[in-house]
Amino acid sequence: MNAFSGGLDWLATSAHWHGDDGFPHRIVQHLGYTALTVAIASAIALPLGLWIGHTGRLRGLAIAVTGALRALPTLGLLTLVVIWRGIGLTPPTVALVVLAIPPLLAGAYAGLESVDRATTDAARAIGMTEWQVLGRVEVPLALPLILGGVRAAVLQVIATATIAAYPGLGGLGRFIIDGLAVRDYPQMVAGSLVIVALALILDGLFAVTQRALYRHQ
Amino acid sequence: MIEYRSVAKTFPGGAEAVRDFSLVLPSRTTTVLVGSSGCGKTTLLRMVNRMVDPSRGQVLIDDVDVATRNPVELRRSIGYVMQHAGLLPHRTVVDNVATPLRLGGVARREARTRALEALERVGLDPVLARRYPTQLSGGQQQRVGVARGLVADPNILLMDEPFGAVDPIVRAELQHELVRLQHDLGKTIVFVTHDIEEAFLLGDQVVILKKGGEVAQVGSPAEILASPADDFVRSFVGLDRGRRTLRIEEVDGRQVVVDADGRATGVLA
Amino acid sequence: MRWFLDNWTDIRGLAWRHLWLSIVPVVLGFVLAVPIGYVAHRWRLGGSALVSIASVVYTIPSLPLLVILPSLLGTTFLDPTNVIVVLTIYAVAVMVRSAADGFGSVSEAVVDAARASGYSAWQRAVQVELPLAGPVLLAGVRVVSVSTVSLATISPLIGVSNLGSLFTDGFQRSFATEIVIGIVCVVVLALLLDLLWVLLGRVAMPWLSVRGAR
Repeated sequence: MNAFSGGLDWLATSAHWHGDDGFPHRIVQHLGYTALTVAIASAIALPLGLWIGHTGRLRGLAIAVTGALRALPTLGLLTLVVIWRGIGLTPPTVALVVLAIPPLLAGAYAGLESVDRATTDAARAIGMTEWQVLGRVEVPLALPLILGGVRAAVLQVIATATIAAYPGLGGLGRFIIDGLAVRDYPQMVAGSLVIVALALILDGLFAVTQRALYRHQ
Repeated sequence: MIEYRSVAKTFPGGAEAVRDFSLVLPSRTTTVLVGSSGCGKTTLLRMVNRMVDPSRGQVLIDDVDVATRNPVELRRSIGYVMQHAGLLPHRTVVDNVATPLRLGGVARREARTRALEALERVGLDPVLARRYPTQLSGGQQQRVGVARGLVADPNILLMDEPFGAVDPIVRAELQHELVRLQHDLGKTIVFVTHDIEEAFLLGDQVVILKKGGEVAQVGSPAEILASPADDFVRSFVGLDRGRRTLRIEEVDGRQVVVDADGRATGVLA
Repeated sequence: MRWFLDNWTDIRGLAWRHLWLSIVPVVLGFVLAVPIGYVAHRWRLGGSALVSIASVVYTIPSLPLLVILPSLLGTTFLDPTNVIVVLTIYAVAVMVRSAADGFGSVSEAVVDAARASGYSAWQRAVQVELPLAGPVLLAGVRVVSVSTVSLATISPLIGVSNLGSLFTDGFQRSFATEIVIGIVCVVVLALLLDLLWVLLGRVAMPWLSVRGAR
């Protein structure tokens, strides 16, 4: 428990809350990477997932691809892209986007699949176009599961965005990577606690949003 | 003999399913509880094997209060057939039927043999025994359900709308099969349905229920038709629309029975 | 390819270690998560709290956990037990949710029928609910297995070698081929392990693959 109380002491030190190396700045960076990554991953995975769920095509392929993407080791991708493209924003972004795609994709197509066939049939029968079926029937009904996917993706990226510090970027990972280099456990624990707190807060926000949506239905 | 002594059931949350119900169900006969949804018939049925415990009153089997019996032991001694058959999807047909025996501690081999006999008794092709329930039609699944209810040779058989989910032709087949089985086996059957025709076909004693388990009338089908207790019963059994009214007409010296619309339904012997 | 063949024995050794560092946490995670998931499913109020706690645990960054653990467990810094414990914690965290979902997916009517046939609570849980939750449990195991194999690659950062060593080594030497081969090996290992679970699932749940099921 020494490491733990040391971490709390580290957190309580006011010097660690100011300047470019302080928590507020690192938190903003961390959230920035998370937002960027989830935005890019969503732009790729959500349309694809909706298309797969709507048409029912390539479902087997989608399952295989999400499985394979989950298997891609984040550390391996990160080091590889660093060697190819050099240090910068690209390597951690690529690694984190790959991490975020599987839950987003799965949420989208599983969400559409969960919609009752009879309901979409009825929507077509009353004269909706395919786009209207998707936009007015399937997506609203699938929203809880789609959001569930976004929630899982955000939490995974928050927890893993520490790796951005490995090739020299900022974010809360700095405390962990710098701490590891000099075996400064209190600093690592402090960084981890802030990440967990951040994840908790975001998870709570998602829970509130999802509950509001469920109440709607 | 099964006896209800002023039982009542209020579910958590305040829903009153049964207010005050008393009845004696003689041994080796079929008693049908019939009524619309919400009349408490299923709740009453499930009190017999303690799937539901009454809030007040007692249920007795052969003068023993079921509340004094261990619920698991009690359920193993009573056959139960439910709507949609309630088969275990991960067990083959023969293993489903053998379940009550296995739970009772019968060895696997003997349980299988007796399960196959039970399947034969309800008229199922032995070929189906190795299949899983999802590979059977609704009517076949229901037969498996009956076989499972009978396999341990219980004295009491509880049947909760067992034929409610199959199409009318298959339902008629299953009903007649049950009449034949009961003729051979002479179980004490408690049968729940919302279909008055089914109640009259199967019941030695028919209990017509109103909301909250209130008894509108108890009697044999003939007694109920001959003297319906009130307008509710009259309407429930269809006497008010003249559907049950038959007349006798003389044709070529024979007495022909004719229904309300003038269609011939039979000849007096 | 050349490099791969030259270093085949080393890679095989690393892969073997990697396999054990992954299988043990997945199996342990399953064994621990199923009872917790069952409790979460049966116990309405506390259940969602249990599942939330599990998903919070999953957000703890792995690297610091690996570093702090030796001081909590009394293990040495280079002990593979640390890696196994951390990966097991994550496996439990993920699988508790899918176990609870799995038990939730079992039809109430079937559970009711089992109760009416005279299954005791314990027999019902083991002989009826557990097998019927099987498909969802298997899906959970597959997700956990794949991500465990992938996550295990961080262990070389604290000195426990496995296929992840190819990344750290390749990074230090700026040798992309080694990293690519490492990635391929990890993916292949994950897929092979996945195949194993699928086959085990087929054997354990024959009723799912019958022909003519409606």
